Amino acid sequence: MMTQLVFYVFAAVLVLSATMVVCARNPVHSVLFLILAFFNAAGLFLIAGAEFLAMTLVIVYVGAVAVLFLFVVMMLDVNFTRMREGVQRYAPIGGVVGGVLLVELIMAFTHWRVASNIDQIGHIVPSSPARTNTAALGDVLYTHYIFLFQSCALVLLVAMIGAIVLTLRDRPTGRRQNIDRQHDRTAADSLEMLQVPLGVGVAAQGGFLRPHESYDVAAVPGTYGTQAWREREMEEETQTALVVITPATGTKGQDNA
Amino acid sequence: MADFFFHTLLGQLVLIVLETLAVLVPLLLGVAYLTLAERKVMAAMQLRKGPNVNGPFGVLQAFADAIKMLTKETVIPSGANRMLFLFAPFLTFSLAMVAWAVIPTGNGLAIANINVGVLYLLAISSLGVYGILIAGWASNSKYAFLGGLRSAAQMVSYEVSIGLVIVSVLLAVGSLNLNDIVLAQRHVWFCLPMFPMFIVFFISALAETNRAPFDLPEGESELVAGFFVEYSALAFGLFFLGEYANMFLMSGMVSILFLGGWLPPLGIAPFTWIPGPLWLIAKILFCLFVFIWVRATFPRYRYDQLMRLGWKVFLPFSLAWMVLSAGFLMVTGLLPGGAG
Amino acid sequence: MGTLSKAARSMLLAELVSGMSVTLKAFFKPKATINYPYEKGVLSPRFRGEHALRRYPNGEERCIACKLCEATCPAEAITIEAEPRDDGSRRTTRYDIDMTKCIYCGLCEEACPVDAIVEGPNYEFATETREELMYDKDKLLANGDRWESVLARRLELDAPYR
Repeated sequence: MMTQLVFYVFAAVLVLSATMVVCARNPVHSVLFLILAFFNAAGLFLIAGAEFLAMTLVIVYVGAVAVLFLFVVMMLDVNFTRMREGVQRYAPIGGVVGGVLLVELIMAFTHWRVASNIDQIGHIVPSSPARTNTAALGDVLYTHYIFLFQSCALVLLVAMIGAIVLTLRDRPTGRRQNIDRQHDRTAADSLEMLQVPLGVGVAAQGGFLRPHESYDVAAVPGTYGTQAWREREMEEETQTALVVITPATGTKGQDNA
Repeated sequence: MADFFFHTLLGQLVLIVLETLAVLVPLLLGVAYLTLAERKVMAAMQLRKGPNVNGPFGVLQAFADAIKMLTKETVIPSGANRMLFLFAPFLTFSLAMVAWAVIPTGNGLAIANINVGVLYLLAISSLGVYGILIAGWASNSKYAFLGGLRSAAQMVSYEVSIGLVIVSVLLAVGSLNLNDIVLAQRHVWFCLPMFPMFIVFFISALAETNRAPFDLPEGESELVAGFFVEYSALAFGLFFLGEYANMFLMSGMVSILFLGGWLPPLGIAPFTWIPGPLWLIAKILFCLFVFIWVRATFPRYRYDQLMRLGWKVFLPFSLAWMVLSAGFLMVTGLLPGGAG
Repeated sequence: MGTLSKAARSMLLAELVSGMSVTLKAFFKPKATINYPYEKGVLSPRFRGEHALRRYPNGEERCIACKLCEATCPAEAITIEAEPRDDGSRRTTRYDIDMTKCIYCGLCEEACPVDAIVEGPNYEFATETREELMYDKDKLLANGDRWESVLARRLELDAPYR
């Protein structure tokens, strides 16, 4: 009795929010209603005793997929008036497509034949109260249908790699940080602390800091990231980065050391 | 009396309400004092004294802040989506509260001792994104929006490594039940054999709760205050409470997954005299101290560095560790749950 | 440092640990905070706080309305009007400082040939209304009378360096 009541509440909210996904004017509201629908579906799973599926639904769909939807929808600047312009013109076509789909669905469901060996399929994994449905699902997925499962995973992997390959562009003008090299650099490598007497400038000794020509290299487009550039940069950095001149002897600090 | 609580519908309802209060009241008090503790600990690490005017050692500061928050005006920006704007803080706050339903404070001592406790926690923490995302969008402000997006991307990224770390813990336990996870640590806490995972989980927890050094969503220097710039008064207070309650929750998860939950460090006399819930509280407090300690120590990450850490360091590392530990357990025959 | 030890250091988070040990040490150190309203820090004689107009020991006001301070004030916070007094000496009829404009640079004090306008050691002059921060001559002279002993000592201490 109680369970039935809860079921009908979840089911009603699910259907209502699914309708609102289509009907809501604001796409962000649509996504939020979609999330509500996911939730109620998870609730229905819970009532059916499929707690693992319920939680996975929330984690995967609500926690990851819908977040990405929301991301995209929020970033879009949708122009509603322009979207509604063609409604009148396209309504007949939409109606026809919808009608065909509806008829097909009705035909499919009225002639749905349950496989004759359905009883045996249920017994692949014997259910017992001691087994959690996580373990039962694991048995089905990873023991009985391992090949299909792995194929699905492979398809997803290929799709993921494809998406990365299609969108990843190596722009030669971009400057990348080489974190390992930055970490490797210590104060001793690049800096020498020297005592400079008061009142004597360092300019007369040739100044300090990096070699002057390195300033010009910086902004030439197309020079960054090329192999020649990398080599040159490496060479430069191993030579010297920052040297403080000591005026006391009038020679470069590096020579003193 | 026991009859009333266990055999009548009304009695069961009353019992559930009482159980919930028994968890929520200490939790809310803890959250209130965590704000004070944070200010005090940070102050001490920066050679300051921190709040010390309201009450002895400033113990009433938390209430002073609460009263201030409640008496302020709730401002709703003119372009904001009113309903969602007010819904977001409630969502954040209530999610941080409902997660506590499955945290066991003793053997079998949880409001709901469910079989998929870990998944429930993961599900709840993955929902936390919505409060932030909705707040960012509904505020109709570019700072809030950017903060919300950053936060969402960050939480989704780090959930992946959190999930993998949890999987490697589950491999060693063989159950998704939090109670079983703690009981599996009777002999040795998981933080010892899985020390690297412990560290990865802790750092990911920092990112998941938007704490320093990963507090970019609220980076003052570029986003003013991130997703809650437009919030004030009670709504702001709810975000604040929710954030700190999330810290509690993450500390609770660290304690249960790696620090042996309510178990004493050694199963011998002086340690076993202290009841289990106190051990759990002590561990949670220690984790919270480290949260604050980290905040007082490290500067904020840059956003691309944050993403690099999550996707290029933690994800492969925890994945490799998961595969290795699965192989190890398989070879040594320690894999629980009787695979095969 | 070899590659191996570098890798080991980075895997063991050596830098993070050393950073955290610094903060933990600071956690137990004595604190530098002073209990402000009850304890106060030491002020230098050159501290530039609230303004005051000083008088000569015989009670005659020092300011001769030369308007150098008004001219030098970078924030244009000073307004002076002057007329000859009955005894023929030149004195101000109005000497206003808008304390909300003042940037406490101390140039007025440096410009003054008779040490009349000075910035005293008082920094606790917050008010509840904005109007109270528009200081007039009476207020400035009252400040001078109130702080005279401190102001004189201050000038004396700082004199060798001027």
